[in-house]
Amino acid sequence: MTTITDEAVRARRTEIAQIPLSRVVSVELRKMFDTRAGFWLIASLAITGVFATIATIAFAPDQSLTYYTFAKAIGFPMTVILPMIALLSLTSEWSQRSGLTTFTYLPNRRRVVLAKTLSSVTVAVASMGLAFAAGAIGTVVGSHIAGTSTVWDLSLGHALTIVLGNLTCLLTGTMLGMLLRSSAGGLVTYFVITLLLPTLFGLLASTQDWFHDLRPWVDLSLARSSLFEGMHTGDQWAHLAVAVALWIVLPAAFGLRQVMRAEVK
Amino acid sequence: MITIENLSKTYGGTSVVRDISFKARPGRVTGFLGPNGAGKSTSMRMMVGLTTPTSGTATINERRFVDLPNPGREVGVMLDASAQHAGRTGRETLTIAQRMMGIPASRVAELLELVSLTATEADRRVGNYSLGMRQRLGIAAALIGDPQVLILDEPANGLDPAGIRWMRDLLRDYADHGGTVLLSSHLLNEIEIIADDIVMIGQGRIVCQGSKTELLQAAGTVVRSPDSERLHRALVAAGIAATESGDGAFRTGAGITEVGRAAHKAGVLLTELRASDSGGLEDMFLELTADTQRERTAA
Ligand SMILES: Nc1ncnc2c1ncn2[C@@H]1O[C@H](COP(=O)(O)OP(=O)(O)O)[C@@H](O)[C@H]1O
Ligand SMILES: [Mg+2]
Repeated sequence: MTTITDEAVRARRTEIAQIPLSRVVSVELRKMFDTRAGFWLIASLAITGVFATIATIAFAPDQSLTYYTFAKAIGFPMTVILPMIALLSLTSEWSQRSGLTTFTYLPNRRRVVLAKTLSSVTVAVASMGLAFAAGAIGTVVGSHIAGTSTVWDLSLGHALTIVLGNLTCLLTGTMLGMLLRSSAGGLVTYFVITLLLPTLFGLLASTQDWFHDLRPWVDLSLARSSLFEGMHTGDQWAHLAVAVALWIVLPAAFGLRQVMRAEVK
Repeated sequence: MITIENLSKTYGGTSVVRDISFKARPGRVTGFLGPNGAGKSTSMRMMVGLTTPTSGTATINERRFVDLPNPGREVGVMLDASAQHAGRTGRETLTIAQRMMGIPASRVAELLELVSLTATEADRRVGNYSLGMRQRLGIAAALIGDPQVLILDEPANGLDPAGIRWMRDLLRDYADHGGTVLLSSHLLNEIEIIADDIVMIGQGRIVCQGSKTELLQAAGTVVRSPDSERLHRALVAAGIAATESGDGAFRTGAGITEVGRAAHKAGVLLTELRASDSGGLEDMFLELTADTQRERTAA
């Protein structure tokens, strides 16, 4: 009896391979869409994109119906929604307790986190591709309606820094997800640091001289704004690098350490 | 085969699991029995790497769970049937398992049928499931990778008597085909119905273990000494697990001769040494439960 089972175990072992990362990424992508909350978050990317296009045509002055205007209008809602998708993908494992199964299908938590990050980035890049395409349609249609000439005023380099800017928004969600591991707490903190913090930094900089020079280095949303407006100087890159290290890389490293250790129950 | 060796878990200063060792063998259903708070779930979480042990090891087919390349194909796990994303349908929950394990998509329908979830039920969101339906879904997710080992925490919870019978037949059949099953319960009669081997745990310690037939027959022993402290030490030294029954007497699953010899060797005076009157297992379990309840009221 024992020998038969031992053989069965061994025979099974030889046929079982490591789960490839690509498979984990595809499963995590699927998990982003297959709940009602996830579906509507992703759908809202498309819905707000359509609304932004229509609103731009309807309300923007005729001479500013350029490609950059459209791309910016469609891209803005994404900077808000994408981080929530990235955050919930992580926190739901704890808040919905599905981590109990996720981490028993794949006990290597680092790989789970990596796969979730990669699938968030995939969603972000795909939706920005769609945003640029929708922006192009808006530009052609908008200028046609307004009777102006179509203006393509977005360079490839600038488009890439916009994508990068979006990714830093997204990774803020990933970082908070690892750090807090709670959907409600994560969302609240996310809105505090994206809505409240820049205002506070602004106030502080205008009242405190010492902070005025420090601000570009520590205010991530300020540093990031040059990615959206266009990167022109090396200083801007330096500010961005420091702010990203401070607000994303460091806390994410700490969060990952906690994810590796935290008890899942 | 599941092998647990000297597994312990301490939270802060509190020992929750204390130095437990046992084996769950292929072809047998091993029941992990203990009152609420005994440390069953903590032990099982340690077996599958969700909780890091303070010391000791747990292996499945001689490998640590976290070292298995595709654990779902070797071990089916259900720790808490309610721990599923409420917004996903039952079918989707199984599909995720199937994709992650890299097995044929047809397994999803097969397993739904095996656990008797209808197509309409499978397409409802898990948030709307009854506890019994969640248990069935959890069993399906545990079995979908066709594993050789099953670890189930309180799988009979929320099942009606017919459901318990169904589960017994399912696990019996699984073990008869060479599978290893470890399942926990806080109800003696559930374990009596389903298990071949029993490991009984109370306050983090294993109180007794053995085959069900052996344990249900064994009358057990009651032993008493004016110096209960020394008696306890003598029993521990002889490797005899015993529980104190409050009035200075100890109860144990060990035989009279074994207990007498241990006391004699340590030179402990005995005022009572007899076979306990009724089935030792039930007595011991009731006592464990009573202890836990006493602690609850005291706390
Ligand atoms: N994170 C924790 N911190 C402190 N105590 C804990 C923690 N987790 C569990 N416990 C305690 O461990 C004991 C055993 O719990 P558990 O393993 O769930 O028991 P069972 O599953 O047998 O009912 C309980 O008394 C519980 O309060
Ligand atoms: Mg429990």
